[in-house]
Amino acid sequence: MYVAVKGGERAIDNAHALLAEARRGDPGVAELTVAQIRAQLHLAVTRVMAEGSLHDPDLAALAIKQARGDLIEAIFLIRAYRTTLPRLGASQPIDTAAMRLMRRISATFKDVPGGQMLGPTFDYTHRLLDFRLAADGPGAVPPSDTPRAMAAAGPVPHVAALLERDDLIEGAPRDDTPPPDLTRMPMELPATRALRLQALARGDEGFLLSLAYSTQRGYGRTHAFVGELRIGWVDVAMEIPELGLAVTIGEVEVTECETVNQFLGSRGAPPRFTRGYGLTFGQTERKAIAMSLVDRALRWKELGEDGTGAPAQDEEFVLMHADNVQATGFLEHIKLPHYVDFQSELELLRRLRAETAAEPEAAE
Amino acid sequence: MTGPGYNFAYLDEGTKRMIRRAILKGIAVPGYQVPFSAREMPMPYGWGTGGVQVTAACLLPEDRLKVIDQGADDTTNAVSIRRFFERTAHVATTTSTTAATVIQTRHRIPEHPLREGQILVFQVPIPEPLRFLEPRETETRRMHSLEEYGLMHVKLYEDIARHGTIATSYAYPVRVEGRYVMDPSPIPKFDNPRLSDCAAIQLFGAGREQRIYALPPHTQVVSLDFEDHPFDPGKAPHDCDLCGAVDSYLDEVITDDRGGRMFVCSDTDHCTCRRAAGHSGRLAAPLPAGRA
Ligand SMILES: [Zn+2]
Repeated sequence: MYVAVKGGERAIDNAHALLAEARRGDPGVAELTVAQIRAQLHLAVTRVMAEGSLHDPDLAALAIKQARGDLIEAIFLIRAYRTTLPRLGASQPIDTAAMRLMRRISATFKDVPGGQMLGPTFDYTHRLLDFRLAADGPGAVPPSDTPRAMAAAGPVPHVAALLERDDLIEGAPRDDTPPPDLTRMPMELPATRALRLQALARGDEGFLLSLAYSTQRGYGRTHAFVGELRIGWVDVAMEIPELGLAVTIGEVEVTECETVNQFLGSRGAPPRFTRGYGLTFGQTERKAIAMSLVDRALRWKELGEDGTGAPAQDEEFVLMHADNVQATGFLEHIKLPHYVDFQSELELLRRLRAETAAEPEAAE
Repeated sequence: MTGPGYNFAYLDEGTKRMIRRAILKGIAVPGYQVPFSAREMPMPYGWGTGGVQVTAACLLPEDRLKVIDQGADDTTNAVSIRRFFERTAHVATTTSTTAATVIQTRHRIPEHPLREGQILVFQVPIPEPLRFLEPRETETRRMHSLEEYGLMHVKLYEDIARHGTIATSYAYPVRVEGRYVMDPSPIPKFDNPRLSDCAAIQLFGAGREQRIYALPPHTQVVSLDFEDHPFDPGKAPHDCDLCGAVDSYLDEVITDDRGGRMFVCSDTDHCTCRRAAGHSGRLAAPLPAGRA
């Protein structure tokens, strides 16, 4: 008798119940709290904030818990929630020179005004599993003699600004054009740099990582140095029309990377260093570095360089495929029922096969 | 999701206004893909976010909504989308094509002719009919504006040269009022003739690709073909095994591992209504009591 895979109501309810059970896992093990995730899985939390385009560590931690640790699923939850939030206005541009730094390094100078500061980095750890962390109970935490972040002892100038003084690097001209908002208007190509940077900032870390890596291996090479990488907290200020002045309404954690790229000059542009820029929410330095490399690779036209056809130079290719919520949705949707289309293909194939089977006889 | 924090039909009024503007523009320029700022919805891209946003922008509290996927009201994703609107808009829902005022669909057009006042909303994965001939959006938009559709005809011609027939069985491209070439969404080409001169408003929403397009009532829609190779909607050489329909689109159901097959209407409402009216097919079992 006819038993098709239909009748979805009960199947869906059962799947949701199983999902809730699987998420909780062994009830004999204490349940994770959102506060624990926020405090102890900070890098996961900041990735979700960066690609979810929403700076809210509590919601990001909740999303990670609900998504069972699947970060792209968590990013998706944040994005869907973000849709429902009212848009009250735009903040003033953040001032990253006034960042309360927890980490700041330059690969291009041994020392820089404001100093170098490693901060909480994996960079020089030996990647040996630390079995003390596997033991239950409070682990030994070695004391650190530095505070979480440097107090704002005054602005710390950007490394690129030091080069700019000698005209050794292209300028970063001030542009007060209101930037487009990718979450409020459809992507428009060709895109302005502001729109490109916005798309990259919420793009998938893995996608940008691979693209940036491909430029290092010669597919659109940009000769990048990390001029500066800084991580810390910046104030967010908003103009309040009723008051007629800007008021600090909070602070956000950001990672900023600026690359210094060798540039031998082109038609109409003198030899000097050029820049790539990356800015992301949270402590997301792999993403910020990758972003700055891809940003620089995408600027080839503007700088009069030759297009080599490298993927990282192809604006449309990069921007249309960087968003992991879009990508994962479309990729995974092929598991939805397609039997109507499949049926029409099946009939076409049968007809074509019947015709080819009939042909040789007709010819003989 | 039922929380008081969400607006009627989930989207805030500003977003709905933006979508309605895109719909109106689409209706004014039939077949033209209008860019719109699609929002992230609480279901994934690919699950019908474009259709859901269009439906949300069209729904009124007094509407009666029907949702189908593969022609059926009880496929999992149709159930999920219907529940979404039951929860966020509290609108009445129905499985009846004739009783519905708004119908959201994936991959089919209902068998029963639609009437004036109804809205049919299609979920669209790739709105650009030229996409698989030219991957660049910047290029395809230029081709549309210049009415440069030669590439599409070359593709169809190559099909005929190679296979003796146009080897496109779904998402078969159409020309709207002699102007825009349009992707009718992945409906089987069997459904294409029903796009033309339809009394209902047909709206197409592509969320991930951020495009909306439309066919106002009684728009002329022609499936692309050649004089010596006219369009053939095709039809499986079977009747429905449940209701005996000779002219409906059929799902093929594998019934055992020895080649057993049965064919049933993909449009479940159509099949149910026919059986309730006394029609019966080769393998029809009596209807469960109270189902009609
Ligand atoms: Zn039937």
